[in-house]
Amino acid sequence: MPDPANAFFPSVARLGLTAVLVGTLGSLATGARAADPIRVGVALDISGPFAAGGAETRDAINLAVRLLDGKLGGYPAEFLQADTAGSPDQARQAVDRFIQQNKISLFTGPTPSNVALAVGPALFAAKVPYISNNPGPSQYAGPQCNPYFFGSAYQNDTWDEAAGQHATNQGYKTAFIIAPNYPAGRDHLTGFKRTFKGSIASEVYSKVGQLDYAAELAQVRALKPSTVYFFLPGAMGINFIKQFVASGLSKDTVLVTGPASADEDTIAAVGEPMLGLFSGSQWSHDLSNPANQRFVAEFRKAYNRLPTFYAAQAYDTVMAMDAAVREVKGNVADRPALLKALKSANFASVRGAFKYDNNNFPIQDYYLRVVGKDAQGRITNKTVSTVLKAHRDAYHDQCRMK
Amino acid sequence: MTAILFFEQMLNGLGYGLMLFLLAAGLTLVFGIMDMMNLAHGSLFMAGAYLAAQVQGRSGSFVLAVAAAVVGVALLALLLEALLVRRLYGRDHLAQVLATFGVILVADDAVKLVWGAAPMMASPPAALSGPVELLPGLLYPSYRLVILVAGVLVALGLYLLVNHTRVGMLVRAGASNRPMAEFMGVRVDRVFSGLFVLGAALAALAGALLGPLTAVQIGMGEEILIPSLVVLVIGGIGSVRGAFVAAMLVGMVDTIGRAFVPMALRSFLSPTVVSDLAPLVAGLATYALMAGVLAFKPAGLFPARG
Amino acid sequence: MTSVTGHTSARLRWAPWAVFALLAAFPLVAPLLGLDFYVGFVRRGMVFAMAAASLNFILGFGGLAALGHAGFLGVGAYALVALADAGVRSAWLLWPAAMLAAAIASAIIGLVVLRTRGVYFIMSTLAFAQMLYSVAVSLRAYGGDDGYNLFERPAFGLGLDSAHEPTFYWVVLGLLALVMALFDRAGRSRFGHALAGIRDNETRMRALGYPVQRLLLVAFVVAGAVAGLAGALLVSHNAFISPATMHWTQSATLLVMVVLGGIGLRWGGPLGAAVWIALEEVLKHFTEYWHLPLGLLLIAIVFVAPRGLAGLLATPRGTGAT
Repeated sequence: MPDPANAFFPSVARLGLTAVLVGTLGSLATGARAADPIRVGVALDISGPFAAGGAETRDAINLAVRLLDGKLGGYPAEFLQADTAGSPDQARQAVDRFIQQNKISLFTGPTPSNVALAVGPALFAAKVPYISNNPGPSQYAGPQCNPYFFGSAYQNDTWDEAAGQHATNQGYKTAFIIAPNYPAGRDHLTGFKRTFKGSIASEVYSKVGQLDYAAELAQVRALKPSTVYFFLPGAMGINFIKQFVASGLSKDTVLVTGPASADEDTIAAVGEPMLGLFSGSQWSHDLSNPANQRFVAEFRKAYNRLPTFYAAQAYDTVMAMDAAVREVKGNVADRPALLKALKSANFASVRGAFKYDNNNFPIQDYYLRVVGKDAQGRITNKTVSTVLKAHRDAYHDQCRMK
Repeated sequence: MTAILFFEQMLNGLGYGLMLFLLAAGLTLVFGIMDMMNLAHGSLFMAGAYLAAQVQGRSGSFVLAVAAAVVGVALLALLLEALLVRRLYGRDHLAQVLATFGVILVADDAVKLVWGAAPMMASPPAALSGPVELLPGLLYPSYRLVILVAGVLVALGLYLLVNHTRVGMLVRAGASNRPMAEFMGVRVDRVFSGLFVLGAALAALAGALLGPLTAVQIGMGEEILIPSLVVLVIGGIGSVRGAFVAAMLVGMVDTIGRAFVPMALRSFLSPTVVSDLAPLVAGLATYALMAGVLAFKPAGLFPARG
Repeated sequence: MTSVTGHTSARLRWAPWAVFALLAAFPLVAPLLGLDFYVGFVRRGMVFAMAAASLNFILGFGGLAALGHAGFLGVGAYALVALADAGVRSAWLLWPAAMLAAAIASAIIGLVVLRTRGVYFIMSTLAFAQMLYSVAVSLRAYGGDDGYNLFERPAFGLGLDSAHEPTFYWVVLGLLALVMALFDRAGRSRFGHALAGIRDNETRMRALGYPVQRLLLVAFVVAGAVAGLAGALLVSHNAFISPATMHWTQSATLLVMVVLGGIGLRWGGPLGAAVWIALEEVLKHFTEYWHLPLGLLLIAIVFVAPRGLAGLLATPRGTGAT
């Protein structure tokens, strides 16, 4: 005979579990009922494949919030952070919670484009402005442009257009181009091809997260192109650069890339083999405008290292929000006014002066940088020249907004 | 397609295959003898890479780094075996999968706690960071050659160990019929611990060697785990010879899929179609190989238990 | 809790009904507690409960550890996306179509993988799931790796508005209940007993003349079809699908849910799914290092509760099966 106490306990335990769960959820809910500051949802890559970029983003946002005293435009603000783990699915859930549970008024945070594309629709439907700290997918620049999306950093293709322009300027005849096999990868190589006037020796799409590029590099050796252009963010680029240099190809072939593989985070992981690597970007840590000088100094003081573009762009989004909220005098509920304020971009950006195009993407300059040693012997980027001036992205006329 | 390109790609396939062998050898021995499905093997690989990168960063010596990684992970494995793995012998495979999957989760966060989320720098020794001219016109990275040589040496060593020593005889006996081996008086628990540590040491060696070539980052264990399991299954469980042959096959097929198939496709298909099709083929190649082998030999090429 | 042979303690028999009632009442209660967001959260949990239950069917009854089950979720999801994109609106067409697509996929794959057993079975299901994943990544028309946004939910007809969150919630709850009833029925039937027999001793069943391969294939296809339905519901819930849903780590998570809940035990799938998803959510609120406690929990489960949580909560007397 089963012991009655034992038999009773399980069903009580089961109900108890449910009660505890509901209670926990209840406490999570009531936490959101505090006095109403302006809530900003920040969905970060704290874990997952883009965790390094996410960590930079978080550091920069925390710095900006501290410098602004936890306020936007002088009004109390609350920055809610959630981990997307680089997964569009988890990002969707985080955003749904931000919108329905926390009632956010502004949003930023994701590092990769696929997450931006996944969370955008929910935010636009809820009329929450999304100021992008990194992704600038072509869909949002063109046919799917939306007044609630601000590609405030750059449009994905523009980095590659800058690199392609540099390659053209240098008179390179042939290029071998490579990117991971996902839509952002294709976008980036399309951008390069748009401005590169030489011929493409080969266009290769490698596996996402691929570690070993020996097979692709052997092809480079066989084809002998003048230049190799790659878009391989994160660890992929780290691998590629190390292996490219180790195979002796850097003697005869120039390596060009974008900031995703040519900034401080990559330098920290690669080191010497990166010397001489060119990249095109709208920002570099040695830009001399006052906002940037302040940002870089504060970042170094707080974190004891030079910031990457992830940090610079994230810092800018917070400053942009600050300026916009000040302009609407804290009345973020007036969405049309908030959108207008955001679009006027009346803040000192670390990249220097810029304004928004019709599709809410920036019209700005792009600089050529090279990795070298600075006066202290540290390996870092040096801005060389301006490759594209007041450059508009290639999709703005596909966008029906004015 | 030139002879040089072909030769270079073959070397690449060989190198990749040998690294997979280092991992699969440990896995197959542990699974074959101890009937233990150890998903945390990839985490041991990761631990080896991180330890080596750390020691190299502090001391500047590559040899010291590799040695420290192997010894360090061996000790870690000893601890892991005593605390956890030992209690999983004799359990069903699912329980082992679950528990070792738990170890993966713990290891990933532990590494993140200690070293942070960003990839770590690991570089080959300065003397090996350039290429070597193997043939006129073929410059091959000297570091990759070192890996090739190391892989071949380990393979030879394992062959000698398994086939020409007493310990190897015990291992083979245990793999083909464990109860009988126990009846014959084999000190099973000692053999088990030793095997587990050996497998871990091999994985750590692979991690320490591959670190300078690739990125040292969280999750690198899971990345290499799947190809290693594929090699394990193709080769047949419990057979080191099977693991070797399968690793070579997988290395070659992977290289062919990534290098030669796209070239072939490009000769008669348009670039846009190739850019869609080639990555698909490359991704599927090794899985198709595995499915093909299993269709004809459902227990792998050289199953130890006949 | 009930075991596979159906012996139930009288006191426990009403527990599932109580939970069902609580779940049904939740969307009405949630707005009062300010928990509107969690209606969607629980709904997602129910979809995964369905997926886990389908895996539990082949795992618990058939004894087949499939590490590629998430692939069938993906097939169902993408089938729905493809049809919805082509203009099909009705749920009564879309969901059966998703199930059919997943059933076909699992039939084809099953014919190959069911030739193997044990760890080879695990690996070959993994291989095929990765193949499905690779195909999904190459589907440029549906966004490839970026995924695809699907805004409109399938229309239910009958005057019900599928865009209304609680309505969709109740439909999912109803489908989950239907699926659980189906599996329960199947488990008690001759078919279910034959499967259990195959799991316990395949050679004997073969010797007794049972068409083992055919029975396993049927079980595999049924499980695949239900997973396809779960996938279709997931797309409608998220308004989004990406190949990440089919990655092997998702299959591993499903397997973990089933083992956590209790293999072969009737409520193993849903219980494991509920606990895992709830834990993920709660842990993420407290720390960014949430993998650590989850990993430790898994290890603890293996040693403390080898029959899973449902096994812990079941009556302690031996019931023969599992």
